[in-house]
Amino acid sequence: MAAPSQSSLLADLQASIAVTRFGLGARPGEIEAAAAAEPKAFLKAQIRPEGADQPEGRLAPSSENIAVFRGLRRERRELKGDADAAAELKQVQADIRDIAIQEMAARGRLAAATPAGFRERWTLFWANHFTVSATKGQVAPIAGSFEREAIRPHVFGRFEDMLAASSRHPAMLLYLDQAASIGPNSRAGQRRKAGLNENLAREILELHTLGVDGGYTQADVTEFARAITGWSVSRGREGAAAGEPGASDPGEAGGFMFRPFTHEPGERTVLHRTYANDGEGQGLAVLRDLAAHPATARHIARKLAVHFVSDDPPASLVGRLEGGFRSSGGRLDKVAETLIDSPEAWRPEAAKLKSPYEFVVSAWRAAGAAPDLAQPQRFVGSLSALDQRPFSPPSPKGWPDSSAEWAAPDQIVKRIAWAEQAANTMAQLNDPAEVARSALGARLSPEAATAIARAETRREAFAVLLMSPEFQRR
Amino acid sequence: MTTSLSRRSALAYAASLGVSVSFVGRAAHAGSERDLASRKLVVVVCRGGMDGLSVSPPVGDPNYASLRERIAIAPFGQPGGALKLDDTFGLHPALASVHRLALAGQARIVPAVATPDRARSHFEAQDVLESGATTAYGAGSGWLNRTLQALAPARKIEALAVSGNMPLILRGPVQAGSWSPGGLEGHDQRLPRILADLYAKDPLLGPALASGLQTQDMAKAAASMAQLQANMQASGMPAQPAPAAQPRQNPDAARQVGTTVAKFMQEPNGPQIVAISIDNFDTHANQGAAQGLLAQRLAYLDSVLGGLSDGLGAEWNNTVVVAATEFGRTARVNGTGGTDHGTASTALVLGGALKRTGIVGDWPTLQPAKLFENRDTAPTLDMRALFKGVLAEHLGIERRALDTQIFPDSATAQAARGVVA
Repeated sequence: MAAPSQSSLLADLQASIAVTRFGLGARPGEIEAAAAAEPKAFLKAQIRPEGADQPEGRLAPSSENIAVFRGLRRERRELKGDADAAAELKQVQADIRDIAIQEMAARGRLAAATPAGFRERWTLFWANHFTVSATKGQVAPIAGSFEREAIRPHVFGRFEDMLAASSRHPAMLLYLDQAASIGPNSRAGQRRKAGLNENLAREILELHTLGVDGGYTQADVTEFARAITGWSVSRGREGAAAGEPGASDPGEAGGFMFRPFTHEPGERTVLHRTYANDGEGQGLAVLRDLAAHPATARHIARKLAVHFVSDDPPASLVGRLEGGFRSSGGRLDKVAETLIDSPEAWRPEAAKLKSPYEFVVSAWRAAGAAPDLAQPQRFVGSLSALDQRPFSPPSPKGWPDSSAEWAAPDQIVKRIAWAEQAANTMAQLNDPAEVARSALGARLSPEAATAIARAETRREAFAVLLMSPEFQRR
Repeated sequence: MTTSLSRRSALAYAASLGVSVSFVGRAAHAGSERDLASRKLVVVVCRGGMDGLSVSPPVGDPNYASLRERIAIAPFGQPGGALKLDDTFGLHPALASVHRLALAGQARIVPAVATPDRARSHFEAQDVLESGATTAYGAGSGWLNRTLQALAPARKIEALAVSGNMPLILRGPVQAGSWSPGGLEGHDQRLPRILADLYAKDPLLGPALASGLQTQDMAKAAASMAQLQANMQASGMPAQPAPAAQPRQNPDAARQVGTTVAKFMQEPNGPQIVAISIDNFDTHANQGAAQGLLAQRLAYLDSVLGGLSDGLGAEWNNTVVVAATEFGRTARVNGTGGTDHGTASTALVLGGALKRTGIVGDWPTLQPAKLFENRDTAPTLDMRALFKGVLAEHLGIERRALDTQIFPDSATAQAARGVVA
């Protein structure tokens, strides 16, 4: 065989970067497929107007999952007087756990099996940008359906649409306490002692749009919070159905609903712009302006560059992404293309350490396998043990996206423990040297290839592969 | 403050290009190098904005009950009432261990302390709390890491983060260990050596692996580990809805986190500087009073602190613990039975050899005109001044290092005096 030329070596490296850095790690044959299609074209072919893939499994819409949670509350209330309710309560709690675990495993199976790894990584970025967390009890049964309903359809559409969908989804309204926020001068506010909760308004400004240095003040937070009072979750058979003027159609119980009764009257001023009081539309108008604000483009551009390329990304890359966002009016398909076309994203050094989720998913992909939905706990347990239980980030900021933060000694030790278990399973299936080649392509270093070849057992060889610097990084 | 530069620290001064460590000379500080060398510091970072008006409820402040309404802690002596400290302040009834220590002169409150950040953003305020910088994202490393750097010429000591990932407060050039309940059992003995070779040139993975393995060895030596893991597993998957968070709700598990860390700290070459992260203090809705969401988190904090002080035994006299949060919460209850992001909050200072009692810093009161921006407890003490006071009095760190290196540009936030000495 003739020695490979410089340019073919470079092409092989680009194909492995496409699959491991832009994607979620290589399944057998995937790097070859990317090389054959030309790496950039391989990635761009994964962008599509209908958005992300949807996980498959026994998954119900949020409205049904909220009904299960409301059942839990009812049983808790009844428990005080009724001994039989205890058994019912246990059953409802088990149902909620089951819903959450099925969602986690279905999403993991999609990530492990999809041939469109870039499309799924892009989706996971947006899901983390618009964080809701199952660590809050009410959100546990709907964190998965939130992602399926508010995020996945919009990942290649307009940012503004995803912002509106996430801000109005019951999971977000409950996670950031908006559903209970009441305008102090609204009819409801005047009737009983209840009032404003500014949590959602603040996090939309700080985390979802402008960013913490985006130039807003406490007064903007409070005004925005007043503008979105009335955004709430339907209980069904109320509002418009019950004849309240101005109320949105309550639709199904558990969906979004606007309640004029709790909306703060009057015009609002946010970021020096005045918004007339047109009920539900007032908050939406603010959201539209936030989506179009230059600070939002800059904030999103930087987060994308940090996620895909480096904890400390080149300013030229951030500028390019910001330009792509602004010139397209926040069209995320165009922003994705800008990222793929940025030379800074293709630098050979792998600056990012995988998160635990990326690590576990890429191990499944390397093995050419996917988690079994009949044993959802296996996948979920892996991630709990590695401190990244799906849908359960510690705060509204989402999971850390910095390598420095994931490179904690304790985390590395836990990854070794997990890699040894995974290697046990992999050792029954494959040849380590071949798996290393198909998982890393031109990124496999001679040092790691040698260590894998010299391993005493196949189990040890797979553990070395999974823990090698090039597999841990991307 | 009088300081005397020992010969050894003078050498250290020369060696460290302007960063010096000297030892406070007053006899009251037991300022010999030998004493200082055994000193230990634990910083507990309470994340989410811990509500100071519930941690140390000022039940004697005439405005407290009306501002707080149904989430006010009841006066002294009533059912669920505050645990009395003085005529104004009590402690939350869930903080029984802290109260026991306070009665013994081993715990104090700092009722109106705040970082220099005023943005009311969790993430910006935590950044400032942990980086020690004047503004958010002003330093890439943490002030405890820079404390280790400042101490290194005189004393090389170990540090440990009790956390699944490395918190900013300990991030930086000096490698610190990290540990959280869970960990590694019975792994392939060859694998760590193979990986150490592969990681030799990797600036992130190499040091992390070395430190992780060292902590694992220490954990094996700590007798309670097996027991702790058994408990964690028993209370964890899959029987609970949120296993990752579940062990943290359990006061027994929390106490064992405290006692295990105390055991680590007593190992030869064990950590003398420890950072513990406790989260979930962001009580926007239904925070409760004597019982409820916040009470559960405070009970967890109390159990960790109780486990730590009991577990340290005689070493408790060499230890200072500071528990602090990124900001306090609004003085008024909000519309949903909770509180929103505020400004000043309460910090706790604990230790077996505190020299003084009473509150640290002034109390601005809750009079309407005194509230910061008509909503929050007004700060009377800069968080950096509190930390600097502890570092000066307890670890003997000199002013120049405090003002420039550990807390950059902080000369205006002078070290608080009489905090621990």
